[in-house]
Amino acid sequence: MNPTALQYLLAAVVGLPLLGAVAALLPSPPGLRGRNPDQAVLRHGVTVTGVVLAAALALAVGFDRGHPARMQATTDLSWIPALRIHLHLGVDGISLPLLVLTALLTFLCALYSYFAMPTGPSPKAFVALLLTLEAGTLATFAVLDLMLFFLAFEMVLIPMYFLIARWGGAGKQAAAWKFILYTLLGSVVMLLGLLLIGVKSGTFDMVALATDNGPKAQLSHTVQLLAVLAIGIGLAVKSPMWPLHSWLPDAHTAAPTVGSVLLAGVLLKMGTYGFVRIALPITPEGMHTFAPYLAAFAAIGIIYGSLACLALVRKGAAGDLKRLIAYSSVGHMGFVLLGIATMTPTGVNGALFANIAHGLITGLLFFMVGALKDRTGSTDLDALAGTTGAALYGRAPRFGGLLAFGAVASLGIPGLAGFWGEMLAMFGAFRPAAGLSRPAFLTFMVLAGLGTLLTAGYLLLVVRRVCMGGHLTAEAAPGEEPLAVEGPAVALPDLARHEYAAWSPLAALTVLAGLWPAALLGLTNPAVQQLLGGGN
Amino acid sequence: MSPTILLAAGNPLASLAQSVDWVAIAPPTIAAAVALAVLVADLFVPATRKPLLGWVAIVGLVAAALSLLPLLDGGRRTFCLTGHPTVCSYVADPFALVIQFLVLAGALLTALLSVDTLKDHDLPAGEYWFLLLSSAAGAALLPASRDLATLVIALEVASLPAFALVGLRRGDRLSSEAALKFFLSSVAATAVMLLGVSFLYAATGSLHLSRVAHALTHLPDPRLATLAGAGVALSLVGFAFKTAAAPFHFWVPDTYVGAPLPIAAYLSVIGKAVGFSGLILITVEGFPSYADVWGPALAVLAALTMTVGNVAALRQDPHRAHSAVRLLAWSSVGQAGYLLVPVAAAGYVDNPGHAIGSTVAYALMYGVVNLGAFAIAALVARSRPANRITDYRGLYARRPLAALALGFFLLCLAGLPPGIIGLFAKVTVFSSAVDAGLAWLAVVMAVNVVIALYYYLQWTAVLFRGAEAAEGAVAPEGPEDAPRAAVPAALTTAIALAAVLGIVLSGAPQLVLRFASGALL
Repeated sequence: MNPTALQYLLAAVVGLPLLGAVAALLPSPPGLRGRNPDQAVLRHGVTVTGVVLAAALALAVGFDRGHPARMQATTDLSWIPALRIHLHLGVDGISLPLLVLTALLTFLCALYSYFAMPTGPSPKAFVALLLTLEAGTLATFAVLDLMLFFLAFEMVLIPMYFLIARWGGAGKQAAAWKFILYTLLGSVVMLLGLLLIGVKSGTFDMVALATDNGPKAQLSHTVQLLAVLAIGIGLAVKSPMWPLHSWLPDAHTAAPTVGSVLLAGVLLKMGTYGFVRIALPITPEGMHTFAPYLAAFAAIGIIYGSLACLALVRKGAAGDLKRLIAYSSVGHMGFVLLGIATMTPTGVNGALFANIAHGLITGLLFFMVGALKDRTGSTDLDALAGTTGAALYGRAPRFGGLLAFGAVASLGIPGLAGFWGEMLAMFGAFRPAAGLSRPAFLTFMVLAGLGTLLTAGYLLLVVRRVCMGGHLTAEAAPGEEPLAVEGPAVALPDLARHEYAAWSPLAALTVLAGLWPAALLGLTNPAVQQLLGGGN
Repeated sequence: MSPTILLAAGNPLASLAQSVDWVAIAPPTIAAAVALAVLVADLFVPATRKPLLGWVAIVGLVAAALSLLPLLDGGRRTFCLTGHPTVCSYVADPFALVIQFLVLAGALLTALLSVDTLKDHDLPAGEYWFLLLSSAAGAALLPASRDLATLVIALEVASLPAFALVGLRRGDRLSSEAALKFFLSSVAATAVMLLGVSFLYAATGSLHLSRVAHALTHLPDPRLATLAGAGVALSLVGFAFKTAAAPFHFWVPDTYVGAPLPIAAYLSVIGKAVGFSGLILITVEGFPSYADVWGPALAVLAALTMTVGNVAALRQDPHRAHSAVRLLAWSSVGQAGYLLVPVAAAGYVDNPGHAIGSTVAYALMYGVVNLGAFAIAALVARSRPANRITDYRGLYARRPLAALALGFFLLCLAGLPPGIIGLFAKVTVFSSAVDAGLAWLAVVMAVNVVIALYYYLQWTAVLFRGAEAAEGAVAPEGPEDAPRAAVPAALTTAIALAAVLGIVLSGAPQLVLRFASGALL
C-alpha cells in the first residue's frame, strides 16, 4: 500500500478514538438517536471501535511483511520544540500485533457492553472513557518519542480509574485508588529515567536512540544503570512484576468485566512493550546488569502467582475466580519478563508471543468469568461449586466447554497460543545472552518449568470445580431459568448470541496462534534481531 | 533611546536629568493611573452606577496588557545611571515582559471574578478597584526592576494594597483576622529583607543588581564578606516569605479563607509571581557568585515547601467549612515548591536563564488553571457559601460544563492527561532538576506529584459522583428545588477564558514551554 495512505491510517487509529470520546459526550445528532440516548451512545462506541479495528486491520494488510524490522507508516512532526518532543508515529513487527490486539479487544468490549452494559452511571461517560483508554493504549504502541510514550502511558490512568471506581464491584473505590497511585508512582519514576536519557543524549527519539544516532555520544554506563533502574520500576509496576504487583488482584476483582479484559489484555502489555522498545535497545548495558534480577523476580512471580492461585482454588478458601485469574496473570507476565530478561532473540520473541497469547486467553477468561457472575451472581468458587462442583458442563454445556478451553489454553497446552510464548521464554533462559550467568538462568528456567506444572494444577482444579460437578436435577430445563439462581444444580442460560460474537474471535485466534505461530514470530523476529543487534 | 544617549554623552547639562522611556514603563504606569482615576471617580459616581468602576478597571488592565505589545521587539531599558547606559533600574527584557503579562492577565481574570463578588457581598467598589489596580501596578513593576530599592518598593506597592483587600469584608471576623495575620507576617519579612538590602548596600556600595553582582565577586574589603553573606541570606528570606515557601507559609490558608474569593485567587497567582520574579532577580542577577549557597538552600526549601503543602492538602477534611479554598491554598503552597525547583537548579548550571524559563513556563500554566479553579469555586460559592468539597458533589449533574472545566483544571494542576499542559509543565520542571543533577529533589518531587494526585483526583471524582447519597446528610435545599440561578456574564467570561486558554495550551504547549528553552534573562 502507498506509504502516505499507511501514514494516515496509523494517525487515524490513534486519533479516531479520541475524537470519538469527545463525540460521545455531545448529544447525538438527529438520525442517530436510536431507541434511547443510552443505546445511541453505546452504538456509537461500537461504531468507533469498529472503525478503528478496521483501520488497524487495513494497516496490518498494508504493512510490508517483507521488512517487519523497518518502521513503517511513520509520521514525524515537531510538536513542542522547547522540549524536543516530536509527534513521531510508526509501527514495526513488534508493535503491529499489539496494536491490532488492542483494537480487537476494545471493539469486542464495546460490542459486549452494547448488550450487557455494566451497572453504574450513564453509558455516555462509559463509552467516552473506554475510547480514551483505547486512544491511550494504541498511542503507547504507536509512538516513537519517549515523552509521547510517557504521555500515552499516563493517558490510560484516569479512564481506568473511573471505569473501576464507577462501574466496578465490591471494594471498587479502594481498588481504583490502589491502581492509580501505584501506577502513577511507577510512571513518575519512569519519567525521571526517560528525562535522564533525554538530557544526556539530547534527543527523545526512540529510533535515533536505539541506533545510537543521538546528537551526543552514547549513554555512559552510569547513566544507563540509573535510567534502567528508574524506567524499569515504572514498567515493572505496570507489567506487573512481583513484588510490585499487589495493585493488580484488587483492581481486577473490583473492575467491571470489560475493565478487567482491557486491563489484562492490553494495559499490562504496555509495561512489557516498554521493556522491549526502550530498555533493551536504548540502554543495553544497564539492562545487561539488571537482567538477572529481573529474571529472578520474574521466576518468583511465576511461582508466586501459581501458588496464590492454588491457595485460592482450594475448597473452603472462598477464593474469587476473578482474583484467581488476576493472580494467574502475574504468573503469565512472569514468563514474559523472563523472556525479556534473557536478552536473546529467542527469549524476547517468546515474550512478545506470550504477550499476545495472554491478551487473547486472559481476555477470554475475564469475559467468561464476568458473564458467569452475571448468571450466578457470584464468582466465589465455594459458592459456585457447592459441595460437588458447579457442573457447568451439564448446566450450560457450551459455556462450560468454552471456559474449559480458556483454562486449558491458559495452562499452555501445545497446539494453543499459550504454549509457544512460554516455551520460547524458557528456551531463551536455557541459553541466555553472552555475559549473563547461565547457572542462574538455568535455575530460573527450572523454576519457570515448575511454575507451568503448578499452573496446570490450579487451572485443572478450576475446571474440576467449575465445569464438572454433581448431578443435574432432571426437571430443570435448560434456558428457562432466570439469572442469578442459587445452588449448583440448576441449569444456566448457555452462550447468548452476543457472547458468541464477542468471544469466538478470541477463541479462534487462540487456536490459530497455537497452530501457526510462524505468522506472529515472522513479524517479531526480524524486528527483535534488529533491536538486540544495536539497531543494525 | 540612542539619541538620548548621544545627547547625554555630548551635553554635560543634559546628563544631570534622566531621560524616561515612557513606552517601556507603560504597563505598570497605566495600571497605576487607572487606579488613581477609579479612586477619584468613586467620589463623583452615584451609588447605583458603581459597577461602572469595575468595567473601567477591567478596560484599564486590558490597556495595560496591550501596552506590552510595542515592547516585544525587546531590550528597552530606562532610568539608567547617567554615564552608564547599561546600568538601569527598569529593564523591559523578555523575562520582565512575560511576568508582566502573567500579572496583568491574572489581574484581569481576578477583576472579572470580582465584578459579581462586589455586588453579592456589598464590598466598597471604589476602594476595591483602586487597591486591586495598585497592587497589580506594583506587581507589574517588580519583574522589570533591576535595583534593590525599586525591587523593595515594587514589592511593597504590590503587598500593601493586598493587606487591605484581604480585610475588606467589613464586620467579618475571619476577614480581619486573616488581614492581620497576613500583615504582621509580611511586615516582619519586609523588615528582614530591608535589613538584608542595607547590608548589601553597605558591603557593595551599590543598589543596582548588576553592580551588586560584580562587587560581590571582588569586595573592596575582604572583611565585608560576612556582611555581604548575611545580606544575601536575609534578602532571600524576605522573598521566600512572599512566595509562601515553607517554613514561611503559615499565613496562607487562613488568609485565603478570610479574604474575598477573588483576592485569594489573586494572591495565589499574582502574589506568587511577584515573589518568584523577585527571588529569581536577586539570585540570578544579583548574587550569581553565591550560587553555591542559595542553590542548595532553595533546593531544600523547594523540597520542604512541596511536601508541607501537599501533605497538608491531603489532610483537609472535605466536610469542613471552606475546605475547597483551604485545599486550593495548601495546594498552592505545594505548587510553589515545584516553582522553586528550577530556581534552585539555576544555582547548579552554567546557563541559569534556561532553568528560569522552566519556572516561568510553569508559572504561566499554573496561573491559568489555578485562576480557573478559583473561578469555579466562586461559581459554586454563589449557591453554597460554605464552599465545602462535599458541596461539589454531583456538580456534573447540575452544571456539566462547570464540572468538566473544574475537572480539567484540577487534572492540569495534578499534571495528568487530559491536562496535557500541566503534564508537560511538570516535565520541564523535572527536566531542569535532572539537568542540574538534583536527582534527590526530582525524586522528592515525584513522590509529591503522587500525593497531590490523590487529593486533586479525589475532588475530581466528587464532581461526577451522584448527588443522591448526599441528599439526606447535607444540602438543605436540593439542587432540584432551588431554581438554577443564571451565571453572571463576567464570571462566565473568566471561566471560559481560563478553560479555552488551558485547552489551547494543551494542544500547543509550545506557546508557554518555549520560554523554557530560551534564555530569558
